Amino acid sequence: MSAIDTSASAGLALSTRGLSRSFGSLVVARDIELNLPVGARYALIGPNGAGKTTLINLMTGMLAPNSGQIVLGGQDITALSPQARVKLGLARTFQINSLFAHLNPLEAVTLAVCERRGISPRFWQNIAVNKDAIEEAYDILVRLKLGDVAYQPTRELPYGRQRLLEIALALATKPKVLLLDEPAAGVPQEESGDIFEVVASLSNDLTLLFIEHDMHVVFRFATHIIVLVGGAVFTEGSPAQIAADPGVREVYLGKRHHG
Amino acid sequence: MANPTPLTPQGYLLARTRWHPLEIAFWLATLLPFILFPNYLSLASQIAITALFALSLDIILGYAGVVSLGHAAFFGIGAYSAGLFSKYVWGEPFSGLLVAAALAGLLGYGTSFIISRFRHLPLIMITLGLGLLAHEVANSAHWLTGGSDGLQGVRTDPIFGLFRFDLYGKTAYAYSLAVLFIVFLCARRLINSPFGLALRGIRENWNRMPAIGADSRAHIRKAYTIAAVIAGICGALLTQTTNSASLESISFQRSADVLVMLVLGGAGRLYGGLIGAAIFMIARDQFSGIAPQFWYFWIGVLLVAVVMFLPNGILGGLSAIVARWRRK
Repeated sequence: MSAIDTSASAGLALSTRGLSRSFGSLVVARDIELNLPVGARYALIGPNGAGKTTLINLMTGMLAPNSGQIVLGGQDITALSPQARVKLGLARTFQINSLFAHLNPLEAVTLAVCERRGISPRFWQNIAVNKDAIEEAYDILVRLKLGDVAYQPTRELPYGRQRLLEIALALATKPKVLLLDEPAAGVPQEESGDIFEVVASLSNDLTLLFIEHDMHVVFRFATHIIVLVGGAVFTEGSPAQIAADPGVREVYLGKRHHG
Repeated sequence: MANPTPLTPQGYLLARTRWHPLEIAFWLATLLPFILFPNYLSLASQIAITALFALSLDIILGYAGVVSLGHAAFFGIGAYSAGLFSKYVWGEPFSGLLVAAALAGLLGYGTSFIISRFRHLPLIMITLGLGLLAHEVANSAHWLTGGSDGLQGVRTDPIFGLFRFDLYGKTAYAYSLAVLFIVFLCARRLINSPFGLALRGIRENWNRMPAIGADSRAHIRKAYTIAAVIAGICGALLTQTTNSASLESISFQRSADVLVMLVLGGAGRLYGGLIGAAIFMIARDQFSGIAPQFWYFWIGVLLVAVVMFLPNGILGGLSAIVARWRRK
C-alpha cells in the first residue's frame, strides 16, 4: 500500500485518485479524481450508462478497480472489503431496493445497528435485552417517518416507504460519508420531494454524494455537481456553473433530459 | 400481523420471543407416547433423534439459507465417535455425547471455511461431495469403524448409573427427548438472538449484508459449526440408544432424508423439522409394514405435493390458514 499524502486529503471526507476500471475494451471508469469535503452535498449526474453506479460500486468495494486509489478520511481503503469500508464510515443505498423482504423495518434496522455495535455474533442472548440498540433503530425509523410501519413486513410497505427504509439501513451504520444511488428512483415526482427533504435534513457532519436525474432536485439540494460522461469526469462545479456550461447542456441536459 | 399499539419497540421484540401456548402443548404432547404407545417407544426415540437432526439442518438452511446435501457427515462422526468412545474409554453416556459434539464441531468448523465461500449450486455440490467423502472414509477405515459390518462392541452404561437402556425403549426415549428439549431451548434462544437476526438477514438478502457492515462469511462459519455440533449429538444419541453404529448413519440417504423432512415440515420455523421428522418416520414405519420397497414412492408423492401446494411446508401452510381465518 502506497503512502498517502495526508496534507492533500486534509478536510476531505472521501477522495479518489486515478480510479479506473474496464470490462475488456469497455471502459466504465476512466482516471476518476473526486474530492468530497467534509459535510459536502454533492450531486453526481450524467447520461444513462455514464458509469455513475459503477463509480459507487468502486468506491464501496463492490467492484475492484484496475488501478487508482480510494481514500476515506485520510486512510487508503482501496484494498478493504465492502463491510470493512462500512465499518470505517462509508455507506451507500441502492438504486433498486435491496431490502430484507420478510423482516420488518424495526428488525432490519436493528440488524444493521447490531452489526455496527458488534453484538450480532451473540447467539446466546435474547435480542430484546439490547434496549439501546433497539431504541436507536426505532429512532432512526421515526426520523425517516417510518415509525408507524416499524412492525409491518417490508414487502408489504408502499414503494416510497421502502425507498426511505433504504436510507434508514444506511444511516444505521452511522456513516461519515453516504452515497445515495438515485434515492427517489421510481417514486412519483410529487413524492420524490419528500425523500429529498429527509436527505436534506440529515446532519451537516455527514458527507453526501447522490446520483439523481431530476435537475430540479439536483439544483435545489446540491452545492456542487459532478458531471460524468463515458466513465470520466466531464466537468464539475457549482450548480450555477453547471447550468451555464454549454458543454453540459449539449451532452446531458439538451440531448437527454430526464427531468 | 395485528400489533397491540401501546408497545415499545423493545417490548414488541420481547413479545415475539415469548412462548406460545401451542408450543407448550407441543412439548406436553411429546410425553404422550409413554402412556399411549408404550410399545412404540423405540420408534419415538428414533423420531426424537431425527427431529433434532432436522433442527440442526434448519439452523443453516432455514435461517441462513445454506443448503446442505451432506449433513449426515456430522451425524456419522457423532455416531462413530460416541461408539468408539464407549468401546475404548468408558460407557458413560453424557461424556460420550460431549466427545461426539466436540469432534463433529471440529470437523464442522474446519469445513465451514470452504462452505462459507460458496452459494447456491456450487455449495450444494460441495456439501454433497464432503458427505460422500465422509461416507467413503468410514467405509474404508474397516479397522476402526467395522466398515459395512457396522461398529461392534458398543456398550452404553445406565444413565446416572441408574437407568439402564431397556428393551422397550423407555429409557432411550426419555434420554433422547430430554436432549432434544435442552438443545431445542438453545436453538430457540439462538434464533431469537442478535446472531439469529443476522442469519435471517443473510437468508433474506445476501447482497445487502456487506453494505450494512456485516461479515456474512463469519456468521455462516459459526452457524455451520453450531449445526455440526448438534448433528454430532444426534449421531451419538442414535449410537447410544441402539448400541450400534453403521454406515447408514453417515450415508447420502440420511442427508437426503433429513432435507426432505425439513422441507415437508417447513424450513425456517424451528418446529418444521420436528413435525416433518415425526410425519416422515411414522409414515415410513406404517408404509414399510405394507410394502417396504414402495415406501419412497409415497414420500415422493408427498414431497412433490407439499412443495407445489405448500411452498413453506406443512407448518407454513397451517400458519397461513390460521392467519387467513383470523383476518376474517
